[in-house]
Amino acid sequence: MMASSYKDEDGHITVSGSGAAAGGGGGSLRNKKPENTAFKQQRLPAWQPILTAGTVLPAFFIIGLMFIPIGIGLYVTSNNIKEFEVDYTGAEMSSPCFTCSQNFSWNSTKPCTCSVPFHLDQPYESNVFMYYGLSNFYQNHRRYVKSRDDSQLNGNEESLRKPSKECEPYAKQGNKPIAPCGAIANSMFNDSLELIYNDPNGSKVQIPLTATGIAWWTDKHVKFRNPGAENTNLTVAFQGTTRPVNWRRPVFQLDSDPDNNGFINEDFIVWMRTAALPTFRKLYRIIQRRSNVHPTLPCGNYTLEVVYNYPVRSFEGRKRMILSTISWMGGKNPFLGIAYISVGSVCFLLGVLLLIIHHKFGNRNNPAEISH
Amino acid sequence: MLPKYGLSPDLDNKKLDATCVGCNHISCSCIRTIYVGHKSCPPNEAYIPPKFCDNRIVSSKYTVWNFLPKNLFEQFRRIANFYFLIIFLVQVIVDTPTSPVTSGLPLFFVITVTAVKQGYEDWLRHKADREVNEYRVSVLEDGRRIRKMSAKIKVGDIVEVEEDETFPCDLILLQSSRDDGTCFVTTASLDGESNHKTHYTVADLESDLQYLSATIECEQPQPDLYKSLGPENLLLKGANLKNTQKICGVAVYTGMETKMALNYQGKSQKRSAVEKSINAFLLVYLFILVSKALVCTTLKYVWQSKHDETWYNEKTQKEKETNQYLKMFTDFLSFMVLFNFIIPVSMYVTVEMQKFLGSFFITWDKDFFDPEIQEGALVNTSDLNEELGQVEYIFTDKTGTLTQNNMEFIECCIDGFQYKHGDGSSELDGFCVTDGPSTKQRQDQIDQIDQIDQIDQEMGFIASSPDEIALVKGAMRYGFTFLGLESKNMKILNRNKDVETYELLHVLNFDPVRRRMSVMVKSKTGDILLFCKGADSSIFPQVRQEEVERIRMHVERNATEGYRTLCVAYKHLSAQEYARADADLREARLTLQDREEKLMAVYNRVETDMILIGATAVEDQLQDEAAQTMEALQGAGMKIWVLTGDKMETAKSTCYACGLFKKNTELLELTLRTLEDGGRSREERLHDLLLEYHKKAVQDAPPVKLGITRKKNTGQDYGFIIDGASLSMVLSSSSEPNSRRYKNLFLQICQNCTSVLCCRMAPLQKAQIVKLVKNSKGNPITLSIGDGANDVSMILEAHVGIGIKGKEGRQAVKNSDYAIPKLKHLKKLLLAHGHLYYVRIAHLVQYFFYKNLCFILPQFLYQFFCGYSQQPLYDAAYLTMYNICFTSMPILAYSLLEQHICIEVLLEHSTLYRDIAKNAMLRWKLFLYWTALGIFHGLVFFFGVRFLFSNPALQDNGQVFGNWSYGTIVFTVLVFTVTLKLALDTRHWTWINHFVIWGSLAFYVFFSFFWGGIIWPFLKHQRLYFVFANMLSSVSAWLVIILLILLSLLPEILLVVLRKPRGPHARQVTLNCIAGDPQSPQSSARPLLTRTFSDESNTVI
Repeated sequence: MMASSYKDEDGHITVSGSGAAAGGGGGSLRNKKPENTAFKQQRLPAWQPILTAGTVLPAFFIIGLMFIPIGIGLYVTSNNIKEFEVDYTGAEMSSPCFTCSQNFSWNSTKPCTCSVPFHLDQPYESNVFMYYGLSNFYQNHRRYVKSRDDSQLNGNEESLRKPSKECEPYAKQGNKPIAPCGAIANSMFNDSLELIYNDPNGSKVQIPLTATGIAWWTDKHVKFRNPGAENTNLTVAFQGTTRPVNWRRPVFQLDSDPDNNGFINEDFIVWMRTAALPTFRKLYRIIQRRSNVHPTLPCGNYTLEVVYNYPVRSFEGRKRMILSTISWMGGKNPFLGIAYISVGSVCFLLGVLLLIIHHKFGNRNNPAEISH
Repeated sequence: MLPKYGLSPDLDNKKLDATCVGCNHISCSCIRTIYVGHKSCPPNEAYIPPKFCDNRIVSSKYTVWNFLPKNLFEQFRRIANFYFLIIFLVQVIVDTPTSPVTSGLPLFFVITVTAVKQGYEDWLRHKADREVNEYRVSVLEDGRRIRKMSAKIKVGDIVEVEEDETFPCDLILLQSSRDDGTCFVTTASLDGESNHKTHYTVADLESDLQYLSATIECEQPQPDLYKSLGPENLLLKGANLKNTQKICGVAVYTGMETKMALNYQGKSQKRSAVEKSINAFLLVYLFILVSKALVCTTLKYVWQSKHDETWYNEKTQKEKETNQYLKMFTDFLSFMVLFNFIIPVSMYVTVEMQKFLGSFFITWDKDFFDPEIQEGALVNTSDLNEELGQVEYIFTDKTGTLTQNNMEFIECCIDGFQYKHGDGSSELDGFCVTDGPSTKQRQDQIDQIDQIDQIDQEMGFIASSPDEIALVKGAMRYGFTFLGLESKNMKILNRNKDVETYELLHVLNFDPVRRRMSVMVKSKTGDILLFCKGADSSIFPQVRQEEVERIRMHVERNATEGYRTLCVAYKHLSAQEYARADADLREARLTLQDREEKLMAVYNRVETDMILIGATAVEDQLQDEAAQTMEALQGAGMKIWVLTGDKMETAKSTCYACGLFKKNTELLELTLRTLEDGGRSREERLHDLLLEYHKKAVQDAPPVKLGITRKKNTGQDYGFIIDGASLSMVLSSSSEPNSRRYKNLFLQICQNCTSVLCCRMAPLQKAQIVKLVKNSKGNPITLSIGDGANDVSMILEAHVGIGIKGKEGRQAVKNSDYAIPKLKHLKKLLLAHGHLYYVRIAHLVQYFFYKNLCFILPQFLYQFFCGYSQQPLYDAAYLTMYNICFTSMPILAYSLLEQHICIEVLLEHSTLYRDIAKNAMLRWKLFLYWTALGIFHGLVFFFGVRFLFSNPALQDNGQVFGNWSYGTIVFTVLVFTVTLKLALDTRHWTWINHFVIWGSLAFYVFFSFFWGGIIWPFLKHQRLYFVFANMLSSVSAWLVIILLILLSLLPEILLVVLRKPRGPHARQVTLNCIAGDPQSPQSSARPLLTRTFSDESNTVI
C-alpha cells in the first residue's frame, strides 16, 4: 500500500566516554560531550511512508471494491427486513383513538381503550419485534436526562429514602420520597398494546407477547437492582416511598413476575435508557417464533388493542406501534447500505479518474512514479 | 597603576575616597560613608550608624508560607489560565451541563505541574542561597580572626579571603599577601571572562589593620557591572582570588546591594511569532465559541416560545423563580461551558512541553560539540525554538564571529617601510641596521601599550584583547620579549638580551568613542613618552600630518587584504606637560560624578600633536566554514548584514572572503568618504546618494518573489556599505520628515541588497539597526549573532539572539537565547533544527485547533436535536480525557520527533528553508483549511451517526441504543479519525510514534471498557455502564465507525495525490534528495518525500 524506505542510523550507537576527556580534575559540568545515541541525535530508525499516487491508487480501488459489495449486502439485508408501522395517536377525527386522545385526563380511573385495525401484506417469518415509537418527545433534554437517581435504581436504601436533588421536581411527594424518582421515571410510557390476529376463519387470536429480553442484560442484572435483600417482598422494600405522580400503580406492582417487577421491570429499564433523538422507538415486546411451519405473523388482518394512557397531544407528539423483524445489522435502516455503496463508488471513480490523470501527467513529471 | 584612594589630611581618621563606581548622580545623598572595622568617628560628632542591609543573598521568589498564594496569583495572571479559572468558577456556580471536574481537573493538573516545577526551581535557589549565605568566612574583629557565616557580614567588616576562595561581598582591597600590594582575580562567574585581572591595595595604608581607623566614601550601589569591573581597589562578590595567598578587605556593599545581586535580573521575555499566531487563532476560536453560545441561547428561547413546558419535563421550583434575564445569562454561560473545550487548556501544556523537551535536541546535538572548548550548544530559552526556522535577517558581528578572533601578527610599517615576518625577515634585518632606533621604539611601544596582566606558566600571555597578544607575540618574534610587569615597571628583553625597564605612569584606557588608548611611560633615561595606538581614523587627526599619507597607503592596502590595522603614534612629554597631565588625570579620576566625561576630556587634551610612527597589521582568520555557512544561509533566503566596529576596508575584505560580496556584486557605498566627495554639504549629498541608490537597487530591479526566484538569475546583485557616521546621519537627520524619508529609503535599499555591511558601528548603533529592520514593514524575524560584549545590545534587541562561545568573554553567551561554539553551527541550527521545530510546532498548533473543533462541533449540532438544552453529547469522562489522554500523546510525539525531510537533505538544500518562510504554515489560508477540515469532520461524525440513529434498533436482538451510545459512537469515530489523521501526516515513524499512536487508540478502547465496566460508587450517573461494550456488539456500529473514519480521511488522501510536486524546483530537489541520501538505498527506486515540496504546506497530506 505504501511506499516505504527505511532510514537506518549509521550503526555506531556508542556512548562516548566523555568524562574522560583530558582535563581531569577541574572539569566542570559543561565539559560533557553530548551522547551519541540515536535518540538524542534524532537519528532513530524510522519508517518513512510516502503517500504517492502510486500507493494511494490501489487503496482507492480496494476500498471501492470492498465497500460496494458490503453496501449492496447491507442494502439488501435492510430491504429484506419487514417493518410495519401504525400511528395510533388519535390526532385525526378518523382515527379510532380520537376519543381517547381527546378525553384524556390524568385523574380518570377508567382506562380508555381503542382498537386500531391494520393489515399485514406479507407474513413475518422470524422473531418479530414490537416497538412503540414517540415523536417530538425530548427524552434527550438535559433537565430530563439528568432527572434520575442511578443510585436509587441500583437498590441503594439511602437513596431510596432520600432521592438525589437531580430528581427535582419529581423527588418527593409531600414528605414521602418518590420511587423511582425523577422526570424520566415519572413519564414512563404506560400504554398497553395487544395484538389480535383476525383469522380469516373469523376467530380472533391474541398474539402472545414476551416482555422479557427487551432490556440490556447488564442493565437488568447489574445496573438496576431492587432495594432490600434478595427475595424480600417488594411491597415491604418500597415501604415509605410513594409512586411517581403520573403513575397509576406503584413500582412494585408493575408486573406480577417477581423477576420483572420493581426497578428491574424491563419496560421500566427500557424507558430509563434515554433516547438520542426526539423521534425514537423503544422495544416493547417480542413475538417469538413458535414453529418452523407457520410464520410468526401470517399476513392478514390484525387489530391493535390500545389502553390509551399516555398523552402526547399536549406537545404535538405522535405515538406509533412498529412491528419489525431484525437482521444481524439490527432494524431496518437503508442508510448504511446507501452510504457504503456511495462511498465505495466515489472511491472507485476517484481511483479511475486519478489513474487517468496520473497516466497523462505523471508520465512527464516523474517516470519513477509510474513504475509503481 | 595609580592608587585610587586619596588620603584625607585627618591624622586620626584616614578618610579614603573610594572611587568605586562611575557615579552619575548629582545629589550628595548618593554617597555612602563606611567606617572601616566599625571604628566610628570622633565621639563629638553626632553619629547615626547608617543602616546597610546584611550580606544575605535572596534569589528565591517564594517562602514556604507565601508559596501557594503568590504562585497561584502569578499563574492566574496568565490570560489563558485566568480564562480557564473563570470557566471553572462558572461551572461551580451556575448549573452547567458538564461537571466542574471536566475543566477543573485539567486546570488543576496544569497549575499543579507548573507550581511543582516552579517550586522545585525555587527550592534549588533556596539551596544555592543557603550555600552562599552559610559559607564560613574569616572576619577580623579587634585584631582577632573570627569565623562567621557569610550572611552575617556587615558593611565595614574587614574580611579575609584566601586563595581560590570567592569574595563573599564587594570588598575594598586593603592588604594583600603579595609584596607589590596586588592580587589577581578572575571574574568567571560574573562575566565569564577567565583571564586574571589585577587589583591593587589602597596605597599608603598602615600595615597593621588592627589599628586602622578610616572612613570610606563611595557611591550608593549601582548595578552597572562593566563600568565598575575596572576600579582597581574594588573586589566584587562572586569573583575568585587567584595566585595570591590571602587578602584583607573591607566590606562596602553587602547582600542584595552587591554588584552581582544588582545584576541578577531576568532578561525581558521574547515572544515568538508562532505564539502571536496562536493568539490570533485563539481569538478566532473565542469568537466561534461566543457566537455558538449566542446562537444556541437565542434559539433556545425561540424554541421555548414554541414548545411550552411539557408535562413530562417540568421545571424545578428554582428554575421557575429565576429572573428571565438572569436565566438567559446563565444559559449563555452554560453554553459557553459546554463548548469551552474548543479552547483547550492542554494546548498550552503541550506547547510548553514541546518547547521545553524539544530544546534538549539542540543541547544534545553532537554536531554542535566543539572539541576545542569541550562544549556543545547551550539553550537559554526554549521559547524561541521555532523562531529559528523563520529568520529573515541575520545580523552578524565580524570579529570573533565571522572571523576566529585568533590574531596573528602579519606585518607592520614604520615610517613608511614595511616589515614582514617569515620570508621577509632578512628585509627586517636590513632595516634594523639602518633604522634601528625606530624599530626599537616601535617594539617598545607595542609592549608597553599592551596591558599585559600576567604571563602565565605556559608562557602564554593573558591580555584584555586578542590583538594585543598578537602584537606582543609578534614583537617577541622580532626579539623583543615582554617579560612582564613588576610593580609598575615593564621589563622588556631586547634583541641584545638586555633588559630595558620602563616605568608605567598612566594608562589612558580604551573606549569606543575615542577608539584609541595610550600609555605614559618613563624610560630609564628619564624621558617621559606617551604612546598611543588606535584605529587609523582616530589617530590620523591627532598626529602631525607629514607622515600620514605614506602610512595611510599601507593601512589601506592591509585593510583590503582583510587585516586588522592599528596605527601607532607617540610624543615626548616635557616635565611640565607631564605634571599638568598627571594632575588633571588624578583629579579626574577622583571625581565622583561625571568621571567618565572628565577623564575623556583630559585624554583628548593629552593625545594631541603626536608623531605617527607607523601601523601594524594583524590577520584575523576566518572561522571554519564561514563562507559555506554564509552561502547556505543566503541560499535559504536570509539576508545577512555584517555589523562591525572595524573599519570599512577590513570589513569589506572579510565580506569578500566570506562570499557575502561576490565579484559581480555592485557595491553601493554610503560612507563619510562618498559623502564628502561631491564637495557639497553632507546632508545634500546624503539625499542624492540615497535617491540614486534607491533608483538602482529598488526601482530598476525586477520584483523579487520569495521562494520562486532563484538567486542567480535576478540580475545584478547589490551590496550596501554604510558606516556609523553616515548611519547616524540617516537615522537622526535634522528635520523630522526628512529623517523618516531617509530611513525608509535606507531600509528599502538595504532590503533589496543581498548583503549589507555596516562598519564603524558603536554597540548601540548595532541595536538601532536591528530595531529599525525589526520594526520595518512585514516585521521580519531578525537574528543577531555575536560573541563579544559589544554585541549584547543587538543580541537582546533581535528576535533571536545567538551567542558564540568565543574568546571575548561570556557576555554574549549570557545574554543570548542560544549559544553555539562556532559560526558554522548556525547552519544546522537554522536549516535543520529551526526548520524542523517550526514545522513541528506549526503542525501542533493547527492540529490542536482542528481536533478540538471537530470535537465540539457535534456537541454544538446536538443542541439542535435536544431542544437547546445544553445536553452534552459525550460523557464527562470523555470530555475530560479527550485532550489529556486520548489525543495528546501522538501529537506531542509528532511535535518532538517529526522529520518531514531528513536532516541531511535540509542541510544540503538550503532553499528548502524558503518554503516555510514568513510563517508559511500558520497563514490564514492554511488555518482556514484546517478549520474547514475540522468542520467537515465534525459534520461527518455527527450526521453520519444521526442517520444511523434514525432507527436506534441497532443490535441483532432488537434492543435499542440511547443517547449515550450515540455520543460514544461519535466519540469513537472522533478519536480514531483525529489520531489517524495525525498518522497520515507523520512522515517519520520511529518506534515512539508507533507506540503512542497505536497505544493511544488501544488506551481509548481499554479505558472505555474499564470505565463502562464498573458501577462507579462516586458517580451520580452511571451513564456509560456497558455502553461501549454494547456498541461493539452491534455490527452496524462497527460498520458506521469504519465508514465515517474512511469518509473523513478520504479528502486528505485525495489531496496527497493531487498535490504532486510542481515546478522544476521541487522536482530537482526531489531527485537530488534521492541521489544524495546514501543511507536509504531502497529509496532510490521511489521518489522520497515527494509530497513535501509543495508550495503551500508540508503538513497537509
